[in-house]
Amino acid sequence: MTALAEGTSTLTEDRPPEPARRPGGLKRVLQYTVLVILTILFVSPLVWMAVTSFKTQSDAIDPDPQWVPANPTTSAYDQMLGSDDTPVLGWLLNSVLAATGQALLVVATAALAAYALARMDFPGKKIIFGMIVATLFVPAVILIIPNYIFVAELAWLDSLTAVIVPGAASAFGVFFLRQFFVGLPQELEEAAYVDGAGPFRIFWSVVLPLSKPALATLAMLAFLTNWNDFLWPLYVLFSADQQTLPAGLATLQNANAVRYDLLMAGAMIAAVPVLLLYLAAQRFVIQGVSRSGLKG
Amino acid sequence: MASVDTRSAGPDTLGPAERAPAPGRRGPSRHGGRWVPYVLLAPYLLLFFAFVLAPIVYGIWVSLHIWDFTLPNKPWTGLGNYRDLFDSESVVGPDFIRAMKATAIFTILSVPLLVVIPLGVAMLMNAKFPGRNLFRAVYFAPYVLGVAVIGVLWRYILDGNIGLLNHYLGILGLPDDIAWTTSTPAAWVALVGVTVWWTLGFNAVIYLAGLQDISPELYEAAIIDGAGPWARFRNVTLPGLRPVLQFVVITTIIASANMFGQSYIITQGQPGNETRTAIMYIAETGLKNFDMGRAAAMSFVLTVCLLLLSGLVMLLFRERKPKPLKGVSA
Repeated sequence: MTALAEGTSTLTEDRPPEPARRPGGLKRVLQYTVLVILTILFVSPLVWMAVTSFKTQSDAIDPDPQWVPANPTTSAYDQMLGSDDTPVLGWLLNSVLAATGQALLVVATAALAAYALARMDFPGKKIIFGMIVATLFVPAVILIIPNYIFVAELAWLDSLTAVIVPGAASAFGVFFLRQFFVGLPQELEEAAYVDGAGPFRIFWSVVLPLSKPALATLAMLAFLTNWNDFLWPLYVLFSADQQTLPAGLATLQNANAVRYDLLMAGAMIAAVPVLLLYLAAQRFVIQGVSRSGLKG
Repeated sequence: MASVDTRSAGPDTLGPAERAPAPGRRGPSRHGGRWVPYVLLAPYLLLFFAFVLAPIVYGIWVSLHIWDFTLPNKPWTGLGNYRDLFDSESVVGPDFIRAMKATAIFTILSVPLLVVIPLGVAMLMNAKFPGRNLFRAVYFAPYVLGVAVIGVLWRYILDGNIGLLNHYLGILGLPDDIAWTTSTPAAWVALVGVTVWWTLGFNAVIYLAGLQDISPELYEAAIIDGAGPWARFRNVTLPGLRPVLQFVVITTIIASANMFGQSYIITQGQPGNETRTAIMYIAETGLKNFDMGRAAAMSFVLTVCLLLLSGLVMLLFRERKPKPLKGVSA
């Protein structure tokens, strides 16, 4: 409650033409206190994961938590990376390939479809768009069983195709990009048309360059969704070397219930690449997510 | 695949002939031949029909059969699978009801927290101050890691014997032997807590964007009218956030009702399948035991529940709007 009231008042304080500036010192201190406590709550588990990954098996289960490992070692990593049963780097590669592949597929198919729906008139348009929007509200549970049967029929089980293709039919992607295209000024496209450009050329050299932010946003969201997908890869992939990181980590846990040193090393291998990517593209990711809410 | 190739290639050859009479109207939208929009739509629609529309229809068909994936015969059973789900004498009935209950408990506990806490955090960050982007980035970080990493990590922290959480509870003089992953009220607290920790930043970022869209003039006008912080929150912030709030509520309900990874990794459904959620039971029934007819029937029951719930939320958000102007729904 105080936090809420606090928020609104700091908002008014911070704009240049403040009508009535009030002393905000105490509020600012309170605000920072809350923010720092939250930061500790968010960061310390991640630090704990990192620290534990450099412990011995017995130090990892010391009832007196060691924030600094008594016997620092990379043995957990050595074991993870050296074992054929746990090809973690292969899982990492699979995850990267699957998420990138799906993101590209989503953006390509959704952009083409969204452009047709935003700028062209044709018989069946309303029905097609209506169906796509209707499925926005259909929860994904309903697709699991029949899509598993389809994927099995297509002989895609236990291959990355199974985690790339079925999930690429993004109703959200079409909806989101259509909104964006509708909002673009039409003059440039008309000018290109007058200059003799055909529809594909207009789409490729006029519309797409103008849409980079929206396309990147969608790609980022699609990448994250696929990267975090857990249930589907867990069941459609079986061989040790075909797993994505989330599915692989789960099998790792089933096999090494209390080898926390190993589990944390595995989790680190899964976490560090995304965290680095996230650090580099942080603003971009956050902008993407915030937009998804405004347009939705 | 092949059918669409011919479909797009066929009209393609007609293109030039079609294009000839077309030119000369206004805007590019009318031009390039009648087949162009269909060509643009074809790749998407292929995926959409194959992996969204067809599965929905096919899933209904499957749910009306005794459909064991591994057996050649899949006899028709009509509504038999659905009857089994609600029959306490059947093999799956009690388990299904328990799983639906688990999903309901989790949704009821987590949605309010995930709607309210991120809003508070977003309001704390809704101003320009040093370090703001850093805080925002930190709160969002767990979401990026995905459920498997955070599940494995929290399984360790929540460990009843050597976990950090019990250790620090002990230091604070609280009970230090709580079985967070294997006993029930505690397991729900753990699952909800981890989920809040994991996705708080996601909702906060969406709220923050919504807050920044509210015109500062509205707040200034409210201050001039003598509105205190609470009045400003109720009369400016909340109405301004309505579409964003609706979005957050619906997406959070759907995400919570689809909760799978946390239970799968952290509690493994324990104790005695009490934290096995509906979707977890569906996956087990259909994809592990290959009883796909019943699993499909369960998916439909869960979907219908979710659609009703989403519809209800939309009604709630629309209800109060006769006085202000329309047009927020976009």
